[in-house]
Amino acid sequence: MTADAFLRIEGLCVHFPVRKGLLQRQVASVRAVDNVTLSLRRGEAFGLVGESGCGKTTLARTVLRLVDATDGAVWFDGENITALKGAALAPYRTRVSAVFQDPFSSLNPRMKAGAIIAEVLKVHRFAGDITARVRELLALCGLSERFADLFPHQMSGGQRQRVGIARALATDPDLIVCDEAVSALDVSIQAQIVNLLEELRLRHGLTYLFIGHDLSVVRHLCDRVAVMYLGRVMETASSEELFSEPQHPYTQALIAAIPNPDPVSEEARDTALLKGEVPSPLDPPSGCVFHPRCPLAMDICARIAPELEPVRSGHAVACHAVTTQPQPETTTTGERDDR
Amino acid sequence: MTLLDIENLTIKLRKHGVEATLVESLSYEVEAGETLAIVGESGSGKSLSSLAVMGLLAEDLHITSGSIRFDGVDLLELPSEEMRKRRGRDISMVFQEPMTSLNPVRTIGSQITESIEENMGLSGAEARARAVALLQEVGVSDAEQRMRQYPHHFSGGMRQRVMIAIALAAEPKLIIADEPTTALDVTIQAQILDLMARICRDHGTALILITHNLGVVARYARRVNVMYGGRIVESGLARALYYAPRHPYTQGLLRSVPRLDRPRSEPLEPIAGNPVDPFARITGCRFHPRCPHAQAVCTTTVPAFDGQVACHFPLSDETREAS
Repeated sequence: MTADAFLRIEGLCVHFPVRKGLLQRQVASVRAVDNVTLSLRRGEAFGLVGESGCGKTTLARTVLRLVDATDGAVWFDGENITALKGAALAPYRTRVSAVFQDPFSSLNPRMKAGAIIAEVLKVHRFAGDITARVRELLALCGLSERFADLFPHQMSGGQRQRVGIARALATDPDLIVCDEAVSALDVSIQAQIVNLLEELRLRHGLTYLFIGHDLSVVRHLCDRVAVMYLGRVMETASSEELFSEPQHPYTQALIAAIPNPDPVSEEARDTALLKGEVPSPLDPPSGCVFHPRCPLAMDICARIAPELEPVRSGHAVACHAVTTQPQPETTTTGERDDR
Repeated sequence: MTLLDIENLTIKLRKHGVEATLVESLSYEVEAGETLAIVGESGSGKSLSSLAVMGLLAEDLHITSGSIRFDGVDLLELPSEEMRKRRGRDISMVFQEPMTSLNPVRTIGSQITESIEENMGLSGAEARARAVALLQEVGVSDAEQRMRQYPHHFSGGMRQRVMIAIALAAEPKLIIADEPTTALDVTIQAQILDLMARICRDHGTALILITHNLGVVARYARRVNVMYGGRIVESGLARALYYAPRHPYTQGLLRSVPRLDRPRSEPLEPIAGNPVDPFARITGCRFHPRCPHAQAVCTTTVPAFDGQVACHFPLSDETREAS
């Protein structure tokens, strides 16, 4: 247990019941998040990546206390926040906020930007001058004060996302959960918002839990990354190491699938295509959930789920093929023998 | 051989008494069998020009000038019944969202055979056999059985394979794919794009790939048109354009994407300002409010497109490095 963990997710499980029939009896459950343990240091940007249905958004929503944990705990600054109820949650909600993917649906279309931000201040009983604080927050996000009087539809996508970020900063939080915060934006605008998020984090000492499906954005923005697949963490490492020396076959396939804007290297690139698709979370495979698609699968993989085990300092992998092998000094992508 | 020749195409929106020019004086060609990418951000007009080729523009959009010649025939002159016959048979389209482009209450099989019956004149068992063969070709296993299933039984990637099978049904000469993988996960995106590339190569089908993803373009297209504010701002071979962009917008786009093949610490250089608003009156070059190289002439005169670039001060080797 790392002592310096600011946010610690411990053995977290989130299962959703599947009900059927007249009596709505529970017939199964979807294990959206299954025994996930992660910790974030204060001031770092932590990325969570994976394909649709991997549980990354459910995990984020559990941290935000929008979804209840089935088992396990989330510790924030020494306090178990999964145990908090009602009014006891209020202080936590001032310290943690969120930026969502689509600023058009997360901002009230009938409210002006100024009122949207002021609402948060009022809910949390802000003591100072609200108008001045709204102006200050807009300025932090690169918007002039005239934006306080505009409705969301009068702004471009990038400007709306700036309002969304200003709202997230309103209570002066320590942790911001960014759920696909730049995914809906055009390329040229996405870079503006990525740079803004980076600048705000350094200036205000913020901690980010950054959920994304675009691996190149996550690599750029985050210090450390966890890769999820069907509710489980497959690999976690520093951004630098995860992308230069991915160990888990799923991480390797995920990275190999991304095209780079370089016609010459693209012509030579072997996409090492992952066969098949993600299985249904209603009926996940036995043992390691990745084994039916895994090029390295062995007998044991269908029977026993691998634990997340460290392969070196700060780099952990949940894979029998990787952790039962003696680690060579340096491993590079795709050089492991097929067995 | 030129398959598609668009000349001087202008598309305007007229609604509630206001008028906006969404595509302006657009000209480009597609050779038989080649893959051309059209890159641009929202509002660039990249989708509209291809909807015009399909004859599928919404009612409040008007083509005010230009011609679209396909195999020597101007599609804009054709009666709508004639155009309807060519759609699907000569030119077909794959859209972004396979869930909304498939009919949710009809089986996959009936939707593919409909296209075969309509466009190839086959019927009954023959059409069915062709549908099964098409599904197999696009990588749908247990094709016989899956013919009887409905779209909701299929995953996103599988639905897009079905859309490709339908587009391919009548062996068209041109397929237009509008953001075909934007709604899909990356590993599935790679599968679908590789499939489309293989199919177009095997059948000699020309492909217009409309996308905002510069990585996808680099891998799959030989030639690229970059669009901004309803106009082509740069056009050329992907290799030339990526390594030596001549329009400041193209350079800006390339510099604003984070890349896995570059050091992590490399800063992103966004393009300043906001995307172009088609209702705003911008004189001169539509990119000038965001352009780091803009000068007085850029604010007054629209730069002509010389077949490669539309810019008063195109980048050269020296200016490219300096900026």
